[in-house]
Formats: sequence, structure tokens, C-alpha cells
Amino acid sequence: MGNFDVKVQRFIDIFIGKQAYLQVLEGLQNTLTIAIIGLIIGIIIGTLIAVVRIVPKYKLLPRVLNVICNIYVETFRGTPIVVQLLIFYYVLLPLLGIRMTGLEVSMLVFGLNSGAYISEIMRSGILSVDGGQMEAGRAVGLSFGTTMIKIVIPQAIKNILPTLGNEFIALIKETSVVSFVGATDLYLVFNRIGSSSYEFMVPYIVMAFIYIILVLIISAGIKLMERSLRKSDRRN
Amino acid sequence: MIDVINLEKHFGDKNVLDGISVKINKGDIVCIIGPSGSGKSTFLRCLNCMEDPTGGQIIFNGVDIADFSVDINVHRRKMGMVFQHFNLFNNKTVIENIMLAPVHIQTQELNKAKRKNLLLPITNLFKSADKKEAPVAITTTKAQIKADAKENAMNLLKRIGLEEKADVYPSTLSGGQKQRVAIVRSLAMNPDVILFDEPTSALDPEMVGEVLDLMKSLAEEGLTMIIVTHEMGFAKEVANRVLFIDEGKIMEEASPEEFFSNPKTARAKDFLSKVL
Ligand SMILES: Nc1ncnc2c1ncn2[C@@H]1O[C@H](COP(=O)(O)OP(=O)(O)OP(=O)(O)O)[C@@H](O)[C@H]1O
Ligand SMILES: [Mg+2]
Repeated sequence: MGNFDVKVQRFIDIFIGKQAYLQVLEGLQNTLTIAIIGLIIGIIIGTLIAVVRIVPKYKLLPRVLNVICNIYVETFRGTPIVVQLLIFYYVLLPLLGIRMTGLEVSMLVFGLNSGAYISEIMRSGILSVDGGQMEAGRAVGLSFGTTMIKIVIPQAIKNILPTLGNEFIALIKETSVVSFVGATDLYLVFNRIGSSSYEFMVPYIVMAFIYIILVLIISAGIKLMERSLRKSDRRN
Repeated sequence: MIDVINLEKHFGDKNVLDGISVKINKGDIVCIIGPSGSGKSTFLRCLNCMEDPTGGQIIFNGVDIADFSVDINVHRRKMGMVFQHFNLFNNKTVIENIMLAPVHIQTQELNKAKRKNLLLPITNLFKSADKKEAPVAITTTKAQIKADAKENAMNLLKRIGLEEKADVYPSTLSGGQKQRVAIVRSLAMNPDVILFDEPTSALDPEMVGEVLDLMKSLAEEGLTMIIVTHEMGFAKEVANRVLFIDEGKIMEEASPEEFFSNPKTARAKDFLSKVL
């Protein structure tokens, strides 16, 4: 520990002098891209699954879809995300003859994975919306789907916004495994800086700080959004 | 206009509606009264298939809407419904509440017509010369639909004296205001009939009057209404027919004068002695 300032100096040399910050920016960008695209894909898939779960099951089609959704959710919740990344990157996509970069695979897998989790969040969100909202939509002649999209789901999303925010934060932290399939994220960049200087302490501390700051910024953003949504409730 | 034939509804093995037959004519103001749990709401909700009937027919404008193969959404547009708890769309402003369905439905029809015209050259290829279809005339635009709906909604709001509330969210309204907006939301579809399920029983007493007054004025304009209510005074004054329902059956059907002054069945006598 005595030579901490030397270590810091070495880190600064690489970070600024050798322009490693450019790579850090790239890693940061990739981390955020994977998390954001993953969240968007996750919300879309999660909403679809949640709706399938809620549709009345008199007919065959909803029942079949329901079984498919169950298998999907159990699969993605029952395996670690690293395993999913590896399977998609090295097994599934090559088998299907689809070529994707590590970054693209990461976005896809994180989207599919968070879809499984968000489906449960979304389901409870939809169930938390008063049943009278659906009835009122149906009573003016709108279809189940239209009423869901225009009336119920917007209210459901509002109800689950804090939980979705937490899901986003979880995604950001989980992206630190995407280097398994060769995507350049924050972890990989700092790891490289460490190996090139044979000095990991400072790079890893800085990395941790960047993650913490990211999460703090996002938490603040969610709070702001919640507050402005609550205001729209009472806007005059 | 509505011809209910032997309507039945059971939940599990519980028989809630036990063979109800009744004819509703254009311009009728029918009040449905009866003890709690007798099946009044269930009957009303079966009329627009909010609950699917388990037996019988509901002929509305010549179509049996209890039949699963009909597109119920199309028929519900002509059969409004007003709920005890208002059920205004919480995520929409007052005026959006009123405009939503008309705009959505007309836009949908416009898009359908446009799609059809687009495909016409192709579908016509396969038809003999005399069977070729001409494109549907498109006389409106999306903007026009919106503008018309907005004007109509504003007029409806003016009618209930709430035009300055057009852009607020329902959570800021009083119960009476909410219910009046809910009523004009139904009106915006130009329905042939509106179903009311205890429209005033969730209201503070001082707000009951404003809602009943609006309903009265609709009655005077000749709108057909079917109203489940505990407001006996209103039923006496406004209804032209009273249906007394008990145990899932129509026990008595009469004019209000006759029903309230001279009920025939023991059950109706018993019920009236309790509520009057
Ligand atoms: N979804 C349902 N599942 C099971 N039973 C139901 C359901 N809806 C209504 N019932 C039962 O059907 C019966 C009639 O209910 P309904 O709501 O039609 O009565 P009501 O005449 O409107 O009473 P109230 O004056 O209290 O509103 C009740 O015994 C009720 O418990
Ligand atoms: Mg009832």
C-alpha cells in the first residue's frame, strides 16, 4: 500500500497518456447499450408473456401459448446468464447459421433473459390495474388488445416503474459478464488496463466507482420520472 | 330493439339468471329493481355480453349477440354502459376519455378502407370484368376524424357544464363530475341504448341529483335506457316500465304507477315495504 501514489500515477499515465479513457468510454457505451436494448427487448417480451398469462383460457390457442411462455420463463430463470450467453454464442446461433458479434449476442440474450423476469413484474402490474378499466374499454366497443395497449398497460407500467428501474440497474451490473463472448464492456477495458500495467488495484477501484456513479444517476432519474408521473395524475 | 329470450346465466353450479325474457323497445326507460344479490347487475352485464350468457338469446337490432361467432365489439358500440364506479380511463384526460373510442374506431375503419383500396388492383385481377370493384370513396382524414370527435366531445362537456375540465385527469374530479363524464363518454358513440348499473350508489348524497338530472334530460330526448337503481323516486318519475327481479327471474313487470301503488306479488310487496 505504501506505493499507492505510484500506482495511481501509473494508472493516470495509461488512462490519459495512452488514451485508455477512449476505451473506457467505448466500454461504458457498450455496457449502457446492452442494458438499454436489453431492457427494451425485455419489456416487449415481458409484456407479451404477461398478456398471454392474463388472457382468458377458454380457447386452445391461448392455452398453447401459455405453455410455451411457461417453458420460456422457466428456462431463462433456471440458468445463469453466463450459461445463456455461451449457449447462444457458441451453440445456438452457429447451429442456426446466424452470425452475430459478441455485442449483438449480449443485447439479444440480456433482452431474452430480462423478458422472463419482467413478465412476472408486468403481470403483477397489469393485475394491479382496476378491472373496471378493462370493462370500460370493452363497453365502448374496443377490443381486448386495444384496451390493453391504450388503457391497461400504460397504467401497469406506471405502477411498476420503480421495479423496472431496479431491473435496469440489475441489468447494468450483470453486463459485466459479457466479456465471456468477447464484447468490450467496462470490465474488459479495465482488465486490459490492469494487465498492461501489471497493476490491477487502481483500475478495479475506478471501475467500481464508475458502476456506482452509473447506478446513482439512474436511481435519481427514476425518482424524477416517478415524481413527474405522479404530478400528471393531478395536473389541472 | 332488444329482445331477450330465455336468458340464463350460471356461475359454476350457481344459477344466477333463470330464464329471463323481455322486450325492450326504442325509447323505453326501463328501471330494474330488486333485492341485493337477485341478479340485476348480472342481467345488465349479460345484455352487452360483459358476462357471457350460458343460455338463451339476446337479439339486438336483429342480431343474436349472445352467439359467440358475432363480433361483439361492433355491437357494443351501439350499447353504452355506465358503471357504479364510473371507470373513467385514469391515464387519459377528460376529453381524451370521451374521444378515445370514436377516434380509434373511425380511424380503424378508415385504415381498413385504405388497405382495401390499396389491394383492389390485385384482387380485381382475379375477377371477371363485371365483378371488378370500385375503390371505396374516402371522404375523411385522420385529422378530420380527430377534429370532429374533439368538437363533439367539447359540445358534450358544455352540455354538462364541465368544458373547463376538458384537459384535467379524472382523479381531480368529484364523484358526480366523474359519473357525468362517464355518461357523456357513452353518448359520444351515439348509442341506441345505454345500460346503467346503479349509477348513483357510489356517490355522496349531494351529488346524486346532478347525475339523475342528466339522466332525466336524456330520457326526455328519447334515449333508450335500462337502469338498475335503488332510487325509487327516480324510477317512479322517469321510467315507463319497471322490472322487478328476484332470484334471477322477472317476478313482476309493470308501469311505475301500477308497480309502486299496487304491486301484485308478495315478494314485490315485501321489497317495497322495506325500501319505501
Ligand atoms: N363473477 C361471479 N362469480 C360467481 N358468482 C357471482 C359472480 N357475479 C355475481 N355472482 C353472484 O350472482 C348473484 C347475483 O349477483 P348480482 O351482482 O347480479 O346481484 P345484484 O342484484 O346486482 O345485487 P346488488 O343489488 O347487491 O348489486 C350473487 O349471489 C352473486 O354472488
Ligand atoms: Mg349489482
